Amino acid sequence: MTENNLITITIKLFANLRELGPAKTIEKFQKDTTVQVILDKYQLPFKEMKLIILINGKPHITPEYILKDGDVLAIFPPLAGG
Amino acid sequence: MPKRILRVNMNNLEAKFEDFPADFAALGGRALTSTIVEKEVDPLCHPLGANNKLVIAPGLVTGTLAPSSGRLSVGCKSPLTGGIKEANAGTPFSQQLAKMRIAAIILEGKHKGSEYYTLKVTMDKAEFTSADKWVGKGLYDTYQSLFKEYGDKVGICGVGIAAELLGASSGICFNDPEGLPSRYAGRGGVGAVMASKGLKFIVVDDTGAPGVEILNEEAFKEGAQKLRKALTTHDVTKPGGALNSYGTSVLVNIINEAGGLPQRNFSAGQDDRSEKVSGEVKAEIIKERGGKRPHACNPGCIIQCSEVWCKPGGKDPVGVLEYESVWALGPNCGIYDLDDVGELNRACNDLGLDTIEAGGMMGVAMEGGLANFGDGKKALKLLDEVKNKTPLGRILANGTAFTAQAMGVTRVPVVKGQSLPAYDPRAIKGIGVTYATTPQGADHTAGYAIATEIMGVGGTADPMDTSKADLSRNLQVATAAIDATGYCLFIAFAVLDIPEGLEGVVDTLNGVLGANLTVADVPGYGQSIIDVERKFNKAAGFTEKDDRLPEFFLKEKLAPHNTVFDVTDEELDRVWGP
Ligand code: SF4
Repeated sequence: MTENNLITITIKLFANLRELGPAKTIEKFQKDTTVQVILDKYQLPFKEMKLIILINGKPHITPEYILKDGDVLAIFPPLAGG
Repeated sequence: MPKRILRVNMNNLEAKFEDFPADFAALGGRALTSTIVEKEVDPLCHPLGANNKLVIAPGLVTGTLAPSSGRLSVGCKSPLTGGIKEANAGTPFSQQLAKMRIAAIILEGKHKGSEYYTLKVTMDKAEFTSADKWVGKGLYDTYQSLFKEYGDKVGICGVGIAAELLGASSGICFNDPEGLPSRYAGRGGVGAVMASKGLKFIVVDDTGAPGVEILNEEAFKEGAQKLRKALTTHDVTKPGGALNSYGTSVLVNIINEAGGLPQRNFSAGQDDRSEKVSGEVKAEIIKERGGKRPHACNPGCIIQCSEVWCKPGGKDPVGVLEYESVWALGPNCGIYDLDDVGELNRACNDLGLDTIEAGGMMGVAMEGGLANFGDGKKALKLLDEVKNKTPLGRILANGTAFTAQAMGVTRVPVVKGQSLPAYDPRAIKGIGVTYATTPQGADHTAGYAIATEIMGVGGTADPMDTSKADLSRNLQVATAAIDATGYCLFIAFAVLDIPEGLEGVVDTLNGVLGANLTVADVPGYGQSIIDVERKFNKAAGFTEKDDRLPEFFLKEKLAPHNTVFDVTDEELDRVWGP
């Protein structure tokens, strides 16, 4: 596998998801990795609850999203406030 | 015993109970305050003159065992916006009023002299005593003394030094269950209206109160049960959920990630340092210091988003540091230190200032050179000017727009004169539509599009999409209805997603009123409240030109998304238009 097949992703976890993984980490993945892979890697409870997923500040991202080099992935538990 | 109105005439210090009009039977909270203000207040009156009135009304189900229902509304013509105002607070005070079957307190007239009064309300009497010894004093010490004097079971609302200055950013402060002066009907200068009449405190003692009349116990019980189930199962509102674990400040990180957390007087939408004032960090510190988290702002709340922030060792409790307050006094001022934010919040509570308006004001004051962005100590000194009632303090107490004008600042984040809350409308357009079009002046709670645009609660919408008239209208109408019930707006997160929860809300209303409302009646009920408010504003001189955001949002791009607010005027007018 050449360096060209790798993408660099910043992963940020928030609120109680920080019990399952680091608040912020920069990791390399193979090209065409989906958000699902990261949900699985950290065993984030996406089946149990509607996690809120943002890529580069854009919300409503689904697990099928294919990550691109340099993406910032932010994952939150269901939340709201005001 | 039927419901009553307590009418307080400050001209001659007379207070008397009146019958509650039969045609008001279905009105409570915001529906009642806005109806009374529209009926009884000349829209062209001076907000701080004898002809304005201040109305305090608990919601329709407040005081019952329905969960999270201890809210009340305060209404008047606002000295900040010049239009109608409803400011909302959660406090045991509201439950006490409701149990005493007081549907509203109406304050009218204006005491001629310069003295201030306390009004003590019991089941069958309302009496005045002098409040002059509290003039110029901070509310933390004052509330402690008042509870000593009147006993710790009473409820207290009052105004502070900022209201004595008739500052348009002064709120009315209600006690929390611990007696801290921390639950505010904050917005729009309602404190100045109360102070202008010569009234400083209202103390309610509900000894002998009969409780809220429930005409259909069965419907009520069933409804309360359905709602309780929705609140305890929805991931946002359930025990151990995000609101319960981290409070409203859980929003700091997500809004920052979304690029919509205004920094340094709305000059950027993101800053990594915001994490330092996040709900995650705050909850950790509260635990370490022995504060309280979670906490209910009124007995009977299931969600319990509230907290008690304090100094190390559990000392000098402040009360809750809400997301809006943390943002306003934090990132909006370039301040990323929770102890600085906590002390600024304490100072606002002590002076009787709305934290959102105070933070907006501080942002423009910093831009105008009164302090450097980030200088929390200097910001506290500036609030001392209010305490000392200096000419500068008088300017600052009048809020964001007034201070900006005094300091020659042109980036002025207000709509209808009221400071914007903690979401930049260039990054999240639907909330901008609400800011522009609510009759209240910039107010996030009026139609909280953020839930749909960012969190996917109640459906999803792209925050950058500019067609948001329908989303904002639907939310504004639903919110107005909830504000009439006395339920906390946060129940919406659960009932927007769980239909039985919404049915439960309507069932409890039917239980209390002995009515046969259905879920389909809710939008019409909410719309009728907005119609009353818009009618008042129109007569006060508002036109569609007042339903706009300030120019800089349309011209200056906001990082990191580098977008402007590009919702068209036609779309804004479509919210209430034909
Ligand atoms: S959810 Fe929070 S603001 Fe609402 S009633 Fe409960 S404690 Fe008060």
